[in-house]
Amino acid sequence: MSDYAINTANKKKQKQKFTINRRQYTFGVIGLSILILLSVLIASYALPDSNIATNLNAKNLEPSFDNIFGTDWLGRDMFTRTIKGLRLSVAVGALAATISVIIATILGMIASINDKCDLAVSWFIDLFLGMPHIVFLILISFALGGGVKGVVVGVAVTHWPTLTRIVRAEILQIKTSDYVKISRHMGKTSWYVATKHILPHIVPQLLIGYLLLFPHAILHEAAITFLGFGLSPHKPAIGIILSESMMYLSTGMWWLAFFPGLALIIVVKLFDVIGENLKMLYDPSSAHE
Amino acid sequence: MNNNSVLTFIIKKVIRFTSLLFALCALSFVLISNSPIDPVKAYIGADMMNVGPEQRAKIEQYWGLDKPAHEQFLSWASAVARGDLGDSKIYRRPVIEIISERFAASLLLMGTAWTISGILGFILGIVSAVKKGSWIDKVIKWYCFVLASTPTFWLGLLLLIVFVVWLGILPIGLAVPAGVLKTDVTLADKLMHFILPALTLSILGVANMAMHTRTKLIEVLNSDYVLFAKARGESDWEIVKNHGIRNIALPAITLQFAYFGELFGGSILAEKIFSYPGLGSAITEAGLRADVPLLLGIVLFSAIFVFSGNLIADILYKVVDPRMRGISAS
Repeated sequence: MSDYAINTANKKKQKQKFTINRRQYTFGVIGLSILILLSVLIASYALPDSNIATNLNAKNLEPSFDNIFGTDWLGRDMFTRTIKGLRLSVAVGALAATISVIIATILGMIASINDKCDLAVSWFIDLFLGMPHIVFLILISFALGGGVKGVVVGVAVTHWPTLTRIVRAEILQIKTSDYVKISRHMGKTSWYVATKHILPHIVPQLLIGYLLLFPHAILHEAAITFLGFGLSPHKPAIGIILSESMMYLSTGMWWLAFFPGLALIIVVKLFDVIGENLKMLYDPSSAHE
Repeated sequence: MNNNSVLTFIIKKVIRFTSLLFALCALSFVLISNSPIDPVKAYIGADMMNVGPEQRAKIEQYWGLDKPAHEQFLSWASAVARGDLGDSKIYRRPVIEIISERFAASLLLMGTAWTISGILGFILGIVSAVKKGSWIDKVIKWYCFVLASTPTFWLGLLLLIVFVVWLGILPIGLAVPAGVLKTDVTLADKLMHFILPALTLSILGVANMAMHTRTKLIEVLNSDYVLFAKARGESDWEIVKNHGIRNIALPAITLQFAYFGELFGGSILAEKIFSYPGLGSAITEAGLRADVPLLLGIVLFSAIFVFSGNLIADILYKVVDPRMRGISAS
């Protein structure tokens, strides 16, 4: 990504009179990504539900200008279904990311109290990473009796371990820095150190971690729905659309699977791009990784 | 001295592994026993109307459901410790049998994907790093960039559309052709049904490895000793062979072992798409049809699988690297 950015920036320099620097380019990419995501969200509310009502006159249509993603075997517009499905994905992603950030912050703080707490937190992280993620999701979904709740809760409570690891390492590093030691010697309380020294440093990390959690959460939501856990078949969700499409693929209806999956990847990548670019702005040295 | 420290390291790891595994058992059991899904109802299904309260009580007694939760856990845990995972409710066979049978199929699938994606990813990563900035590097980077977020099931569906529906050269699913006796299935048949799921998993695994190798090798290539090697007149290939691969091989192998968890997750999805009868499709079925013993068994097994991967990775890192040995010996 970084080389690509430099190359495009260089090319622009050669071709055009006006130039943009690396920083402006990064801001541009972030702005554009946010704009696309917002338009998906707005479209998901703007598109009428009548588009996904059964309409047998228009069933099994190939993609055309009227239905750019085609229609399914009930004549539902695939574009509308996809966009509405993406809204669910983003909502689940947002919830999962929020909960994960909260858990990661709390556990990161706990780990910084003393060595024993640190050991306990690491043990917990290992425990939750010890099962393949999807197996864990199946287990939680089953424990909650399936349904939307099972999927949403499952995705929400299983994404914190990796972020916690990052936060924990960050806090440990700040804690051993000189200014924190001086602050302690000057008689500041642990609360003061935590809120005035540590928290301001980890907030940007948390924000970036928040954004970079979206891709994982969204893909896991789609995966668990695809396997048939949770959401009812009438709900527009990418996982459901794709697992339904399996029955119709052999009749050559490739658009049922192709476009929804592609749209999902684009949304996931947009979150990824926003997160990675923000990380570059916050920590320029990471741009060369 | 040297052997001792390695041994203590392994013993420590094994203790941690056991404690985590026990906690995982307890956690899984608590989660499952608190499920609002009624196992009796889920087992009987639509015929529930015909089952009276007495019959129901008998079934519950037979499964031990009438006992308190901690007693159930203890009896289950002690049975597990003896190697008895109970009987599957949907297959009516011992869980351990089903797992070993299904795991053989899954192992073949995962092993193939693991090997192919590891080797291919490693090679692509090296090419990409050596030719950094060239068109081939850009192609590889874009490939990895896109594949890192591609859902397994979508890729599987695309391969299905292309190879089965459009080209018609590969069969649609299952491990063997439908409607053919088990004895009549040839090796070629099995292979044909094996290609697509293995391909799906392999293609996805490459991205991870290639990006990692690329980053590491670029780091090595920027080092002073590589500059010195260049000054001595070593060619690109000699540099990669003498200085690159030696430095990046171990982290790459470690990474590949730590990849077990994702590999297992991927195989669950791939097996669902291609109806491949492995562990992955068994756990999906067990979850959907509330087969508690089978679900618990596979959950445990998958955890052991992931832990072993991590354990091997940790041990390899410590034991194989000659520099690490040097430190512990002194």
